[in-house]
Amino acid sequence: MSIISIILVIIVAFLAGIEGILDEFQLHQPLIACTLIGLVTGHLIPCVILGGTLQMMALGWANIGAAVAPDVALASIASAIILVKGGNFDAGHIALAYGAAIPLAVAGLFLTMIVRTISVGLVHGADAAAKRGEIKPLERIHITALGLQGLRIAIPAILLILIPASSVQSALNSVPHWLSDGMTIGGGMVVAVGYALVINMMATREVWPFFALGFALAAVSQLTLIALGAIGVAIALIYINLSKMGGGSNGGGSNGGGSGDPVGDVLNAY
Amino acid sequence: MTEERISLTKSDRLAVAWRSTFLQGSWNYERMQNLGFAYAMIPAIKRLYKSKEDRAAALTRHLEFFNTHPYLASPILGVTLALEEERANGAAIDDTAVQGVKIGMMGPLAGIGDPVFWFTVRPILGALGASLAIAGNIMGPIIFFVVWNILRWGFLWYTQEFGYKAGSEITKDLSGGLLKDITKGASILGMFILAVLVERWVNVKFVLELPAKKLAEGAYINFPKGDVSGAKLQEILGQQAGGLSLTKEVPNTLQANLDSLVPGLMGLLLTFLCMYLLKKKVSPIILIVGLFVVGVVLHVLHIM
Repeated sequence: MSIISIILVIIVAFLAGIEGILDEFQLHQPLIACTLIGLVTGHLIPCVILGGTLQMMALGWANIGAAVAPDVALASIASAIILVKGGNFDAGHIALAYGAAIPLAVAGLFLTMIVRTISVGLVHGADAAAKRGEIKPLERIHITALGLQGLRIAIPAILLILIPASSVQSALNSVPHWLSDGMTIGGGMVVAVGYALVINMMATREVWPFFALGFALAAVSQLTLIALGAIGVAIALIYINLSKMGGGSNGGGSNGGGSGDPVGDVLNAY
Repeated sequence: MTEERISLTKSDRLAVAWRSTFLQGSWNYERMQNLGFAYAMIPAIKRLYKSKEDRAAALTRHLEFFNTHPYLASPILGVTLALEEERANGAAIDDTAVQGVKIGMMGPLAGIGDPVFWFTVRPILGALGASLAIAGNIMGPIIFFVVWNILRWGFLWYTQEFGYKAGSEITKDLSGGLLKDITKGASILGMFILAVLVERWVNVKFVLELPAKKLAEGAYINFPKGDVSGAKLQEILGQQAGGLSLTKEVPNTLQANLDSLVPGLMGLLLTFLCMYLLKKKVSPIILIVGLFVVGVVLHVLHIM
């Protein structure tokens, strides 16, 4: 990597670290972060493929409340750097790069926790500034905490770059085919974990039939994701409107609100 | 009482909306997004309060505990802006009222934000972008980034303005039917799309060969022994075009049999297994590592 590429990689890593906590522009999502690393190192397409593969795995990862998901920012940046330094861009090496992403995502969890703990102390400084009615120091503290989140990814990225490319290459080349092919197969299954987490969180007795509908319709390969999205929106709107109509027709003047079975209520009204 | 009314300009409100992008910058384990909220409110505080004491009070007021979905902080910011504006103009709105409105809104709104943004919009856009990206198409990341940020910024600005105009009325408004409809609609759409994603993107493919199936007489082409005349060749080619098999036996795989039930069945079962294990408090990290191990082992055994 040239000096300019290295500097740009570090900047991308820093931005991804910031985004990992902000969750706004989504620069830390593998789809974007890996693509940016590919862009600044001149290996755009393999990194786009890596990003897409990692994105599939990370679809259901989200920070909820105080809980932190595995760190996608570190996983995407580090695996992209590993792929680029490896210098070999076939499917097996892409699989190895995102295989490496998993332990890094876990390691990243601890880094996030450390920064979130340091921020507790920083915010106490902001309390003091607020009491004095001073705006500038308060803003500075906020930006400092944000900068620490950027360093949380930028520093590991620098360490990875410092390891000579030849040793990364020989480490990757020493991995036998049965392992990398097996990892690719494992990667196809790992996405189930993310979906399982989300389904567990959303599933209620009322919404399970919609899951069945989605599964059956998805088997029709002519339907694109956008078409399926449109069907989903339509079903949700129909269901919500129907449950209101059912409530109204059965409740009559007393505003009673139906039997809780919208389709039954509509049928009764006929 | 001829004092002129102070009100927030549109550029003040735009500045607040822009700063709300950095809401989680100093996220901490103690009061979570508190400093981020105060940071976002600063343009308004500067406009509304001129004395050091007033500013100190306002900053301290907004350094209380705050935590919600980062995008749904916008309607709360809007309402808080309206309250602060009233207060600066002399209305009797005390600290507890401001804090009460913030706390009252942040819980239910976070409950909408997580299913809508993290579990519906992002997985859908992400899967769309990723499916293009896996094929090496640069449009994947570009579509994801552009569409997401248009949606996000539109949402931040619109809901903040909505909150600002509705003022404290927003809490009454959202606790009724609208809130329920949005939450229910999002979970229906979410479950529907999740099933689609499970079917399309959980790859469980077996390569295990089963004993070949013998075909019945007439389901395969009977090749004549000896020379083939032009007419005979035409007949054979016609039979092949008609869908008859070239051999008496067809190879049979476990995967073909499973696919004839319903495509994606094993992926669905795997997802259910993961859900069960997660409910049993198995860590997702262990599951992820375990599935990689299973993938490698089954591949070495030539099952997958």
